Amino acid sequence: MLFGSNLKIILMVAGLAVPLVTTTAVPGENRHIAAFKDQPALIELAPGSVRYRVAGDFTRGGKPAEAPLATIRIKRPLAIMMHQVSSADYQRCVAENACRALPPDIRVVADRPAVMVSWRDANAYAAWLSRKTGEVYRLPTDEEWAYAAGSRYQDDRLPVDSNDPSRGWLARYEREASLNSAEVDSKPRPFGAFGANENGLLDVAGNVWEWTNTCFVRTALDESGNALSSTANCGVRVVEGQHRAYVTDFIRDARGGGCAAGIPPSNLGFRLVREPKLLMRWFGL
Amino acid sequence: MLTRRTAIMGAAFAALILATPALAQDLNLSRQKVELVAPPFVHPHEQATKQAPKIIEFRMEIVEKEILIDEQGTKFQAMTFNGSMPGPLMVVHQGDYVELTLVNPETNTMPHNIDFHSATGALGGGALTLINPGEQVVLRWKADRTGTFVYHCAPEGSMIPWHVVSGMHGAVMVLPRDGLKDGTGKVLRYDRIYYIGEHDLYVPRDEKGKYKTYETLAESYADTMETMRKLIPSHVVFNGGVGVLTGKNAMTAKVGETVMIVHSQANRDTRPHLIGGHGDHVWETGKFANRPEVDLETWFIRGGSAGAALYTFKQPGVYAYVNHNLIEAIELGAAAHFKVEGKWNDDLMKQVKPPESIPPKVQGALQPTTKHN
Repeated sequence: MLFGSNLKIILMVAGLAVPLVTTTAVPGENRHIAAFKDQPALIELAPGSVRYRVAGDFTRGGKPAEAPLATIRIKRPLAIMMHQVSSADYQRCVAENACRALPPDIRVVADRPAVMVSWRDANAYAAWLSRKTGEVYRLPTDEEWAYAAGSRYQDDRLPVDSNDPSRGWLARYEREASLNSAEVDSKPRPFGAFGANENGLLDVAGNVWEWTNTCFVRTALDESGNALSSTANCGVRVVEGQHRAYVTDFIRDARGGGCAAGIPPSNLGFRLVREPKLLMRWFGL
Repeated sequence: MLTRRTAIMGAAFAALILATPALAQDLNLSRQKVELVAPPFVHPHEQATKQAPKIIEFRMEIVEKEILIDEQGTKFQAMTFNGSMPGPLMVVHQGDYVELTLVNPETNTMPHNIDFHSATGALGGGALTLINPGEQVVLRWKADRTGTFVYHCAPEGSMIPWHVVSGMHGAVMVLPRDGLKDGTGKVLRYDRIYYIGEHDLYVPRDEKGKYKTYETLAESYADTMETMRKLIPSHVVFNGGVGVLTGKNAMTAKVGETVMIVHSQANRDTRPHLIGGHGDHVWETGKFANRPEVDLETWFIRGGSAGAALYTFKQPGVYAYVNHNLIEAIELGAAAHFKVEGKWNDDLMKQVKPPESIPPKVQGALQPTTKHN
């Protein structure tokens, strides 16, 4: 499946100014689920939709093209962690030999995110937390992340000029250089330091980027925008934050950047979504 | 009667008289004050000059301060010429006299001095410039040869490498009076100039592997010296920190412009490379009396020297300028960026086909193309 399974996508080929105004959900419908024992604090977002710049690379008629803009419908409530997984919570998984240890210079505290974690680490944690709680926790897809991020989700549209590739590179460089990350050092801050978004999620697009489950996909579209073929590289996953980046799944520190000329994510961390109970899913709730 | 002794004395006296015209005050040369600017920028200057040699007056204040050297916020006790790492580039012409007022404010804690590789005698001036906090000194030296040269602090003993790897180096560029030339005598000019100073830093770690921080220079000394002696830098940086010359502070140029890049390293070898570009004319050892090498991919800057490279940008985009030990560039910090605006040139490069799935018939490497009997 090209764009993830339970999400209906309407491809729209249109440019849109940043930032995208996202959800149609009324904020009042969001439900806070307090932390309890091993369960983390969650925010359950009401169903809704999000205008979403599809991740990955696109060609159209054999030429580099802008990624399509889609409307993503989130059909079920989406329960997502209010804050990123803390270094202390991650450390509990390490202590039970289910997660790889954090580098020694990461402070293990309850109020700061676990950083220097790879996609594999995040998945190991999700598996451990699921065992611990009897629930199903997993990384969000990029579409789900965009939905939860709300107004903090940035369209990463770039001008694509197939006659002059440098325009896109320079535009991306300028945009990423103008983001806060240049001024804020990458030291993890206490939860809430970057504020809450309209959904009540803390520190979205702060100085910690978050892993998603979305693979790097390259899609060939025909002239009218229909997908002809795609190649997915699931060794590279989308990370989200102040800007979208594609990072190899075993990388814990993306600060060195992918190719030499770009602004890399300051930190890699994560937050998880909780799947509805199986019974609830059967009833379509 | 002319004794042998007086003959010798007379010869010495004659030599002294001959030497006298070289003394700047007696020549009544005109003076020019130049305000130094922080790298990567360089103070305004003529590339070639018709003016007679002058005394160029510079003033530099030594600043000891704590700085941040990476995005993780690692703190570093730095010693700097004029508050920047590297210290400012001083540009003069051959035959000029550099007259430096070096100031060591009371707020500092260490004695400092300056050794100019471009100067002659007295340990490059080091033996005549040692000043304590609260003192200043004036040194004049003649720019008798052209090129880019390192200057650095060189107080005594172990203080020398420590002061240098704590930030105390910069560079001088002595231009030929008639400007730069290629190997055939053709004049070379630049539209922009940037000065990049590379430092290898040695930040000690605690037993958990975390970078240690110190309240003062003195407290950092013993641990830093131990780390330095292992010769493995914790950071290798351009202009005082990881990412300093990237993002909003990336260097800029336009297609068609010729950029001069002066690159110095006072302590350790480095090998600059412009990713996607070249060195059109490179004075690898920095000395303009030698003909520049052309069309280089990577050039070598010996520790303790400064080199100069000219490049005319031909293609727009984002370029990385790196120490092409790529571990040092990407992992330890020795990378800068150029943003270059202009029109793309398809003739030089074109993506003929964007990435796509490999067509089935050529997929896999084991399909025989010829049959053997």
